[in-house]
Amino acid sequence: MVRMSNIISYRQAINEALTEEMERDSGVFIYGIDVGDHDRIFKTTAGLSEKFGTNRCFSTPLCEDTLVGFGLGAALNGLRPINVHMRVDFLLLAMNQLMNMVANFRFGSGDKLKVPLVIRTIIGRGWGQSYQHSKSLQSFFAHIPGLKVVMPTTPSDAKGLLISAIRDDSPVIIMEHRWLYDAIGEVPAPQEPIPIGQSKILREGTDVTVIGTSWMNVEALKAAEVLAKTGVSLEVVDPRTISPLDDSLMVRSVKKTGHCIVADNGWLNCGFSAEITTRIYEKCFGNLKSPVTRIGFAETHCPCTRPLENMFYQTAIDIIRAIEEKLRLPETDLSGENFYSYENKFKGPF
Amino acid sequence: MVSNARRLLNFELYKKLYLIRRTEEKIIEHYPENEMKTPMHLYLGGEAIAAGVCHALGQNNQVFCTYRSHGVYLANTMETKRFFGELCGKATGMAKGRGGSMHLSSPETGFLGASAIVASVIPVAIGSAFANQYRNNGKIVAVFFGDGAVEEGNFWEALNMACLLKLPVLFVCEDNGFAVHTPISQRHGYDSICRIVEKFNCSVMETETTDVEIIHDLTQNSLSLIRKENKPGFLYAKYYRYRRHVGIENDFESGYRTRAEFEKWLTVDSIHLQRVKLLAAGVSEEEIVSVEKEISTQIEKDIKSAQKAPFPNREDLYERKDGQNV
Repeated sequence: MVRMSNIISYRQAINEALTEEMERDSGVFIYGIDVGDHDRIFKTTAGLSEKFGTNRCFSTPLCEDTLVGFGLGAALNGLRPINVHMRVDFLLLAMNQLMNMVANFRFGSGDKLKVPLVIRTIIGRGWGQSYQHSKSLQSFFAHIPGLKVVMPTTPSDAKGLLISAIRDDSPVIIMEHRWLYDAIGEVPAPQEPIPIGQSKILREGTDVTVIGTSWMNVEALKAAEVLAKTGVSLEVVDPRTISPLDDSLMVRSVKKTGHCIVADNGWLNCGFSAEITTRIYEKCFGNLKSPVTRIGFAETHCPCTRPLENMFYQTAIDIIRAIEEKLRLPETDLSGENFYSYENKFKGPF
Repeated sequence: MVSNARRLLNFELYKKLYLIRRTEEKIIEHYPENEMKTPMHLYLGGEAIAAGVCHALGQNNQVFCTYRSHGVYLANTMETKRFFGELCGKATGMAKGRGGSMHLSSPETGFLGASAIVASVIPVAIGSAFANQYRNNGKIVAVFFGDGAVEEGNFWEALNMACLLKLPVLFVCEDNGFAVHTPISQRHGYDSICRIVEKFNCSVMETETTDVEIIHDLTQNSLSLIRKENKPGFLYAKYYRYRRHVGIENDFESGYRTRAEFEKWLTVDSIHLQRVKLLAAGVSEEEIVSVEKEISTQIEKDIKSAQKAPFPNREDLYERKDGQNV
């Protein structure tokens, strides 16, 4: 993809990171189910097999667990593999290789071997995808020592963090929300690598801290925009890396605002939001003016049918209502507001 | 008349066999002292396979294997210092006591790792083979697994992918007839592993021999075929596990197998066969005994040194690299 300006899409940011890293290091290759077909993983792998050959960008048999183990073996032997899984639901088939092999192989070698393996996986809501094509399982992967877990929200972070992941000597899982592929933002040229394990303030504010993951940051920023009109100032903190988690900025922010909302793109029960909440209680106990509020998926499955699918997912409106309740404010009239609607962007099937 | 080269080869093979045998016997002797606190899956009975395959591989190729990894480790490295250090959980172990008996490795000499989850190392091995093909460095990866692994998805997935990508990999199936205590007759819905595997685009060789020289030669042939025909090899070797699945004892009284069967295999014991072969080839008893003594001394010395070695310290558990436990 040719770049017309510094404002590019998340999709193009990923494609640029892959292209530049494959140019820089002949050991970088990318593979997985449908990686080399005409759709090219939402176009993120577009042009790679043409530019670098089909031994560096290729589609594979359908064997997720073996594909992850294959990446481990190639990484041990000096390459820098990138394995793509088009749905995180499919990556569940690879949990044995991830948990029993990839996560601890470097440890088990007495630190003699390195595992520079990147796993890109696509998460989140689509268009009637129901319960086997829409999960976001960051808590699963973050639970395992030895795996780094990254969830970029902005195009710049998507590029900078992917570059760092490829250059990292430990395994990194990058979780990309499919709705973010169309997000646009400024990505400088050249984009410097963004260190894994550093959070970021997406928006500065003074009244309430919202800690969001992935797509929920888009919703949080929308909520901030709406509430700004009523004089409520939100600070939005993006952990960016789920594991290892840098909680310094969120702790500092909550100490400042005294109010905290955790908006996680995932199930609440035993989820990443629980980890964040615990840390806030542990480190900001005396500064809190209200209990931490968690926003995320209820303990049920994502349905196909649109009205219930819309209820399953939380949006900016849920964040706004939670803040109003927290600050004992009257409900803002949202009738004139334009909230994100996937219907307006996309007509299926993926 | 045996050529000098063959005599030398057979002597080298014997050293590997003897090292494995003597090491396992010494483990049995010392295990009750309770200093090696790690589950032992002894390799007694399989010596000819690890010795034959690893000798043919040399140290320029690479190898992965299962939790029954003593044989491959010893045949690959010929060393016992870091080996016993690891079994005793000491800082002198090759993995600083992190892995124990089930996770031996020696990346420096091409033994990249061992896994205690059945079949899970096979995909890793074909990934390493892919890296060798990618770099066109001529190296071949051999991966050891048992007859139980052939029931796992990882095996068939990796076999398919290796044949599809024409990877330089040698699959080594060590069939002892049992997955823990369950016989093949209760596990396989077909009669012969090899008849199924040969439908894939790979070269299949099979043997029931305990003659290390034959296994060595078969491996060499397999390696040449992998290079010449540009497709994976599959070497199937039958053997008999002398001791219980895990632990140092016999288990002939438990009912799932018989002592008579063991005694039948003992008549073709690989170490015995190879010793007789050396004598017949004109190697003197003194030469053999001298090497045996040397190996036994090495083992005893390394056990003692492992017992005296320090344990790893707390930092090794909490040492963090790249911001995360490695």
